[in-house]
Amino acid sequence: MTEPADLVVVGAGPAGMAAAVTALAGGLRVALVDSGTTVGGQFWRHPPEHARAAIPTDDLHHRLREHRALCGALSAGREAGRLDARLAHHVWSAVHEDGGFAVHAVDRRTPPRERTVVLRAPRLLVATGAYDRQLPFPGWDLPGVLTVGGLQALLKGGGVVAGSRVALGGTGPFLLPVAAALAARGAEVVAVCEAAHPGAWLRHPGALLRNPGKWAEGAGYAAALARHRVRVRPRTAIVAAEGDDRVTSVRIAALAADGSPRPGTERRAAVDAVGVGWGFVPQLDLLLPFGCRLTETADGNAVVAVDDGRRTSVPGLYAAGETCGVGGAALALAEGRLAAESVLADSGAASVLGPARRAGVRAAVARGRAFARALALAHPVPPAWSSWLTDETVVCRCEEVSAGTVRAARADDDARDHRQVKHLTRAGMGWCQGRMCGPAVHCLAAGEGAYTPAERLVATPLTLGALADLDDRPSAATDTGGTDKECS
Amino acid sequence: MSEFSVDGEPVRFVEGQTVAAALVATGRVAWRTTRTGRRPRGVFCGIGVCFDCLVAVDGVPGQRACLVPARAGMAVTTGEGDDD
Ligand SMILES: Cc1cc2nc3c(=O)[nH]c(=O)nc-3n(C[C@H](O)[C@H](O)[C@H](O)COP(=O)(O)OP(=O)(O)OC[C@H]3O[C@@H](n4cnc5c(N)ncnc54)[C@H](O)[C@@H]3O)c2cc1C
Ligand code: FES
Repeated sequence: MTEPADLVVVGAGPAGMAAAVTALAGGLRVALVDSGTTVGGQFWRHPPEHARAAIPTDDLHHRLREHRALCGALSAGREAGRLDARLAHHVWSAVHEDGGFAVHAVDRRTPPRERTVVLRAPRLLVATGAYDRQLPFPGWDLPGVLTVGGLQALLKGGGVVAGSRVALGGTGPFLLPVAAALAARGAEVVAVCEAAHPGAWLRHPGALLRNPGKWAEGAGYAAALARHRVRVRPRTAIVAAEGDDRVTSVRIAALAADGSPRPGTERRAAVDAVGVGWGFVPQLDLLLPFGCRLTETADGNAVVAVDDGRRTSVPGLYAAGETCGVGGAALALAEGRLAAESVLADSGAASVLGPARRAGVRAAVARGRAFARALALAHPVPPAWSSWLTDETVVCRCEEVSAGTVRAARADDDARDHRQVKHLTRAGMGWCQGRMCGPAVHCLAAGEGAYTPAERLVATPLTLGALADLDDRPSAATDTGGTDKECS
Repeated sequence: MSEFSVDGEPVRFVEGQTVAAALVATGRVAWRTTRTGRRPRGVFCGIGVCFDCLVAVDGVPGQRACLVPARAGMAVTTGEGDDD
C-alpha cells in the first residue's frame, strides 16, 4: 500500500481482524499492526504460515471457518493494495499528530535487528487484547510454573506440551479449553482446580439463558475432559508449588467460602508443569496516555469506556475486544465489526452491514457483555487469596519483592495503592513494569476498587539503537507505511 | 529439524517454533538466573508480557525467547540477562 491509511488497527486478534475486514469492505485503506508473526491473536494463535504443515495445530482450534474467511478477506485487501499488514511490528507508542494519529512501531521481523516505523491515519482502533491475571502463591516463580495462557500459547503456537503431568488452577472457563488441549496432546492433567463454587452460576440464570451457544461450548469441553478422565475440582486452589530448581509438586487445598484454604484439606500432587490464571487483564498501554475515559468491569479491571459503537471518549480513537473488557473471542469479533462500522460512519463512508444487521451485531454485543459480567461475578478472585502467601513469597517477580515487604509498606508506611508500594519497595519497577504483579499489589495495598494499570512510557522496550534512530533521523517519522527505515 | 545453539550447545527445533518453545520442547525449563535471589527462570507468560524468558540473540541482550522465532544458526546465550 503506497497511500496513507484511513485507519490504523493495532492488534490482529479476533477483534482487530474483524474490524480491519469490515473497514476494508467499506472501502477504507487500513494498516493492521501486530507484534505476532501471524494474524489471529491469542484465540487463533498459530505457528507462522510456512510452518503449519510441520506443526499441525488445527485440532486445537475452534471457529476455524471464521478464521479462514477473515484471512481470505485480509489477503484480498492486500492484493487490492488497500491493506498494509504489519506483522512482527511492536507498537510502543501512539500519539496525536496533525489532527490524526501517529503510531510508532518497531519492526522485529528479523530479530535481534530492530527498525522503527511510523504509521499515520486520521483514525486509530486499539484491539490489543489482554493477558493472564496472576495471583502470587508460594513457589509460583519456580520454573515449570506458567500462566494457563502461556501453556496454551506454547501449544497453539509451537505444538509444544510443556509437561507430562500438569496441574491447572485459578478461576474461569479458560481453564477448560487448556485442560482439554493438553489432554488431547497426551499430557496427564492431574487436577483442574477451579476456585469458584459451581452454584455461583445459578445466581445469574438470565445471562446464561440468553447465550445458548455458551452452553454448547461448555458441554463440548466437559465431554472432552470426561473422555480424558480429567476432573475439575470446584472450590479448590493450588496454594503452593514445590521443588528446588523446578516444580516437582503442588499443594492443593479445598477452599472455604471466602477463598481461604480449609485446614486439614491439603494434599500434594506430583507434577512437572503447572498453569495458573485468574481471568485476564486488558492491555490498555496504548490507550492510557490519551487520557480516555475508563470504566470498571465486574472482574475488577479498569477498561476503556466506549459508546455502543465502540468509540472511546477521544475523537477518532476506537477500541474493540478485550480492551473494552474481558469477554472472549465471539464478543471480540462482534465488537470489531461494530467499531469498524463506527469508523465508516464517522468517515462519511457507507455502512457494510446495513441498519438491520448492524442492530443485530449491537444486540449480540450487549448479550455478550451481559454474559461476560455474569461470568466475572461467578468467577471472582477469592477475597482471602492472600491468606496463602507467606512473608517470603515473591510478589514482584522482576524485582523479587516479597509479600512481607509489600505488607510492611502498607502497615508501616501507609502505602495505599500499587503506585505508592512501587515507590517504597520497587514492586512493579522491573522489566514487566508491573504487568504481572500489578493486580496482586493493588489487592494487597488498596484492597478494593478496580485495578487501573500504571501508565507506561513505552508499551514495549526498545533497544537504545532504535530510540537513537528516532532522535537522529527525523526521516523515520515521515515513513507512512511504504518503506521501512533501517537502523542499528 | 534445524539447529540453533544455546550457550554453544546445539538445540534442534522445528522451523516456526520460538526460541522458548524449542527450549521447552527439549526439556529445558529454566535458562536465566535472577539478579537478587539467584533463582532460575524460564518461560512464564509465553506471550511477551512477563520478561522472565530473557536471552541474548546473536549477542544482543534483552530478547524475549517466547517472541523470537528460532532460526537455523542463531546463537542464543543465557545467564544473567536481567540487568543488561
Ligand atoms: C495467552 C492467552 C491465550 C489465550 N488462549 C485462548 C484460547 O485458547 N481460547 C479462548 O477461548 N480464549 C483464549 N484467550 C482469551 C483471549 O483473550 C480471547 O479469546 C480473544 O483472543 C480476545 O480477542 P481480542 O481480539 O480482543 O484480543 P487478542 O486475541 O489478545 O489480540 C490482541 C492482539 O494484539 C496484539 N498486540 C497487543 N499489544 C500490541 C502492541 N503494543 N503492538 C502490536 N501488537 C500488539 C497481540 O499480539 C494480539 O495478537 C487467551 C488469552 C491469552 C492472554
Ligand atoms: S515468557 Fe513472559 S515474556 Fe517470554
